[in-house]
Amino acid sequence: MGEVKRGYVRPLDVKNGRIDMSHGSGGKAMAQLIEELFARAFNNELLAQGNDGTVLPALQAGERLVMATDSHVVSPLFFKGGDIGCLSVHGTVNDVAVMGARPLYLAAGFILEEGFPLSELKKVVDSMAAAAREAGVPIVTGDTKVVEQGKGDGVFITTTGVGALPAGRDLGGANARPGDVVIVSGSIGDHGTAIMSQRESLAFDTEIESDTACLHNLIETMLAAVPSTSEVGNAARGIRVIRDATRGGVATTLNEIAKQSGVGVMLNEKGFVIKPQVDAACEFLGLDPLYVANEGKIVVIVAREDADALLAAMRAHPQGKDASVVGDVLEDPHHFVQMRTGFGGRRIVDWLSGEQLPRIC
Amino acid sequence: MKYVEEYRDGDVAQGLAKVIAAEARPDRGYHFMEFCGGHTHAISRYGVTDLLPPNVRMIHGPGCPVCVLPIGRVDQAIKLALENNVILCTYGDCLRVPASESLSLLKAKARGADIRMVYSCADALKVARENPTREVVFFAIGFETTTPPTALAIKQAATEDLPNFSVLCCHVLTPSAIMNILESPEVRELGTVPIDGFVGPAHVSTIIGSQPYEFFAEEYRKPVVIAGFEPLDVMQAILMLVRQVNDGRSEVENEFTRAVNREGNTRAQALVAEIFELRKSFEWRGLGEVPYSALCIREAFGKWDAERRFNTEYKAVPDNKACECGAILRGVKKPTDCKIFGTVCTPENPMGSCMVSSEGACAAHYTYGRFKDVEIVAG
Repeated sequence: MGEVKRGYVRPLDVKNGRIDMSHGSGGKAMAQLIEELFARAFNNELLAQGNDGTVLPALQAGERLVMATDSHVVSPLFFKGGDIGCLSVHGTVNDVAVMGARPLYLAAGFILEEGFPLSELKKVVDSMAAAAREAGVPIVTGDTKVVEQGKGDGVFITTTGVGALPAGRDLGGANARPGDVVIVSGSIGDHGTAIMSQRESLAFDTEIESDTACLHNLIETMLAAVPSTSEVGNAARGIRVIRDATRGGVATTLNEIAKQSGVGVMLNEKGFVIKPQVDAACEFLGLDPLYVANEGKIVVIVAREDADALLAAMRAHPQGKDASVVGDVLEDPHHFVQMRTGFGGRRIVDWLSGEQLPRIC
Repeated sequence: MKYVEEYRDGDVAQGLAKVIAAEARPDRGYHFMEFCGGHTHAISRYGVTDLLPPNVRMIHGPGCPVCVLPIGRVDQAIKLALENNVILCTYGDCLRVPASESLSLLKAKARGADIRMVYSCADALKVARENPTREVVFFAIGFETTTPPTALAIKQAATEDLPNFSVLCCHVLTPSAIMNILESPEVRELGTVPIDGFVGPAHVSTIIGSQPYEFFAEEYRKPVVIAGFEPLDVMQAILMLVRQVNDGRSEVENEFTRAVNREGNTRAQALVAEIFELRKSFEWRGLGEVPYSALCIREAFGKWDAERRFNTEYKAVPDNKACECGAILRGVKKPTDCKIFGTVCTPENPMGSCMVSSEGACAAHYTYGRFKDVEIVAG
């Protein structure tokens, strides 16, 4: 009989192992998965508290808490320019950042499918950890559940983020006013096109990478150059609204703002930056780049007087170097988003109906 | 994008608009029907009508394959998927077409039917090869453009003797539909629906050529100008139609010479003739039964015919009574003349066929042109 090593646990077989039901049971296997995979990758002091919840420091005086949550079901899990892991960090950090808040902490919930290779899970978790570290936003609490084979699709990730909103700042969607200027931070449709090009049923070769990225640094730079109207205290100045143009693309984001603010929008087709590869892919798939998802682009509404200053500040930042003015806010009781076409006509840029592309993020 | 942007040039458009305005006689109206949904879409998306003088009006025709698909055909497909447990493959546009009992293929999928969107019928063949224990049916719709690929898939299945693949064939024919419109009482009774000419199909004509339209031009004294799907193509074709009307000519002219000739694609035609034969009659949504207007699979290839294999029967289902799709497809009414347009019938919840696909007259107007119905700040 060999020597019994007390307390010895065989390490997780990341190379060949797969998720099984025991990884969600609450028992030893789950504890091992959390310890060897998640905690090791996300490693930070707050997570190391190791309790059911994490105790967080107080905010600075006058700051308010902003909270946002986002579930990620993208297919395929790995795509050019990113994967579900970093996407789940970027998406939620951006949702907090567009409110004007400084993103502070993330929580992550995983739904794993039985049979999912541990090697792939490790890739996802490592990518998440790297994205969180790069953003300076630690993952401070999490949860893991396992569902039977066929009841999930590899891995689904829900992330929740909290951030601190400085006193007096308001970038809500209801702030747009007639006369304002609409700016987009760069080329549109990159994420959706990258995902589409790798779908099993559709695979085509393209150089396009997803634009998935955390935008809080860009937003911070913008707000330093041009604060929000509520902070300036002058109705003719300041940034009104910031939104990230994810699912449904720029068109959907602008329709949301038009409705919330009770205004209309007139876009200029020639104002948009669209990469030739995205343009070509949309052309042959019959899609409109205005409706294709982005994961690293924001739509900004700014008072006309500050539009040039803001544009200059955005263009000075690497994530906003291709920023451009794409339209104006109008008075319009119908809250239509319209566009002057490059051809010389006008058309409505309506809400997206139906599903242009499922499981994009 | 090269070879595309050239056909969307705003300056050239302005120039063409000036010529059309100068040549269109102010003492008369010009009513042209663009048959194809592709043209309808281009006109709406690029705002072509904004560039036309008020007396030149475009009437949207029935050339949207999804729009003319009758409820009963979608019901057949749904039944195959739900009751016969087949894997039903079809093009994305078909998924939302409203069927009986508030169903659509998309809703049937939510009820557990195995419905898969494919981009080509070659993908459906692949699904069949990969799932040898399941029956795979390709729900084939479309005009002459999509027919040759279906023919090729059936031929390929026959070559491989693929036992679990079949096609539910709903391919329809353009010339019969145009004829049906020209023969309809509203169009024939002088003065009720003036159609002064047709913008002829683009992609369809690459297959069938320009020759089949010569009959209409001659018999019905209507000019036809075959045009590409880019907005400048459409404007050039409108100018050519205005000129024909002014000269009292009714000829078949070809604006789309970069892709269409008189004979068309004879190899594709031969392949289609080998696999398919004419149906005696086929129901079109909006137009009703139209004789010899569709194709079915020849008996020699009956093994790959889903209608034969599953012994499904077609049952006609009437459209919603308030729906004006029929009149709209014939150009008798405009989308806004329909009581349910934009109220209960929207692209999210289409009641009638014209609201289903972005190429449909109602959906195109709803999506791109609705602001023209109300007073609006032009900015």
